[in-house]
Amino acid sequence: MEKIISLEKALEKVKDGMIIMIGGFLGVGTPLALVDGLVKKNVRELTIIANDTAMPQVGIGKLVVNKQLKKLIASHIGTNPETGRQMIAGELNVELVPQGTLAERIRCGGAGLGGFLTPTGVGTIVEEGKQRLVLNGKNYLLEMPLHADVALLAAHKADKFGNLVFRRTTRNFNPMMAFAADTVIVEAKEIVETGSIDPDEVMVTGVVVDWLVQGKGGKA
Amino acid sequence: MNSKEIIARRIAQELKDGDVVNLGIGLPTMVSNYLPKGVNIILQSENGFIGLAPAKEIDPDLTNAGGQPVGTIPGAAMFDSCTSFMLIRGGHVDATVLGGLQVDGHGNLANWMVPGKMVPGMGGAMDLVSGAKKVIVGMEHTSKDGESKILVSCDLPLTGKGVVNMIVTELAVMRVTMEGLHLDEVAPGVTAEEVIAKTKAKLIISPDLRTMKGLDN
Repeated sequence: MEKIISLEKALEKVKDGMIIMIGGFLGVGTPLALVDGLVKKNVRELTIIANDTAMPQVGIGKLVVNKQLKKLIASHIGTNPETGRQMIAGELNVELVPQGTLAERIRCGGAGLGGFLTPTGVGTIVEEGKQRLVLNGKNYLLEMPLHADVALLAAHKADKFGNLVFRRTTRNFNPMMAFAADTVIVEAKEIVETGSIDPDEVMVTGVVVDWLVQGKGGKA
Repeated sequence: MNSKEIIARRIAQELKDGDVVNLGIGLPTMVSNYLPKGVNIILQSENGFIGLAPAKEIDPDLTNAGGQPVGTIPGAAMFDSCTSFMLIRGGHVDATVLGGLQVDGHGNLANWMVPGKMVPGMGGAMDLVSGAKKVIVGMEHTSKDGESKILVSCDLPLTGKGVVNMIVTELAVMRVTMEGLHLDEVAPGVTAEEVIAKTKAKLIISPDLRTMKGLDN
């Protein structure tokens, strides 16, 4: 099946009110053309699941500034003052999740697991509304999986089947998100023939990737 | 020597050759500048790699957890966020150094939000304090208004409960124990009385109270 589509076709898959996962860490490893496309298209009432909201002029930060979010699930918003302003003003519902817990909740969502137990957050406000379990004398919180309608991811290289390779610190949340959404769209800097990536080098299998968009070539 | 440099230099003495260490943003990052001779540590960054080095060139695909350009040491490795936190939560990080807004005598740490004012989020800090083998808080002893940051009980939302092992300020080194907070060291020219006067938490003066060493390495 042909997976390469235009940016416009890819953006048609994202509709108002959807739950969207976006890869990246402070914009590094974020599919910038796809996110900029969402800003231009002005899709609204989105629930965004991502590590952070970058900076006001970068990636997810622009979606926040353009007020396209209804809800945000993230671990850190300190680099984008607009996110904090909207949260404190009551305009944006923000669920702050410890970073390791966020990564693992996404992994659970894509791995068919019903949740997991973590010591992170015990005795803090993160515990509010959650079940605490004591196992072998140790305290854990029960954390639930996260799932999305669409995942927007960035890869350094993809083959036409959708096998992905990431470079340096751009990997971050991208591999887990590839398993945790109904529709997975990857913006790849380079798209090569299927079979030209050694199977040992593949970081995410193409079976979980639905669509590929050609991003800007070269580094960043 | 300014306060931050005293703190960074003293914390550097705590790290051992071969330790896997995660340094928070800001003051904690300075610690790696002052390691004793012969001590090489392996820096972990929660955005997904181990083996940080200063940046030789700017590679937009390679940053630390603060988004700043960095380099790699020979033997460095890249991974996803889940693996990064397997290292952190799984007890594979020997020490983490974090800043603090408040710490108390029970080893509680608050450093991620001031309700209604500043809510940057916890990032990886809650996982780091629950998983690292040693948690060192490096911060100035008092706030800008001169208020003690070391309290009987933190009143800001906690990052972790009973997680801190050691507090290093420009005035003193304190160790968290079951009995409470031990005053182990004072900075050169500082007296124990002065530290006690500037600390709201009760301090137990160690029988072998000494002056901070290694600040001029």
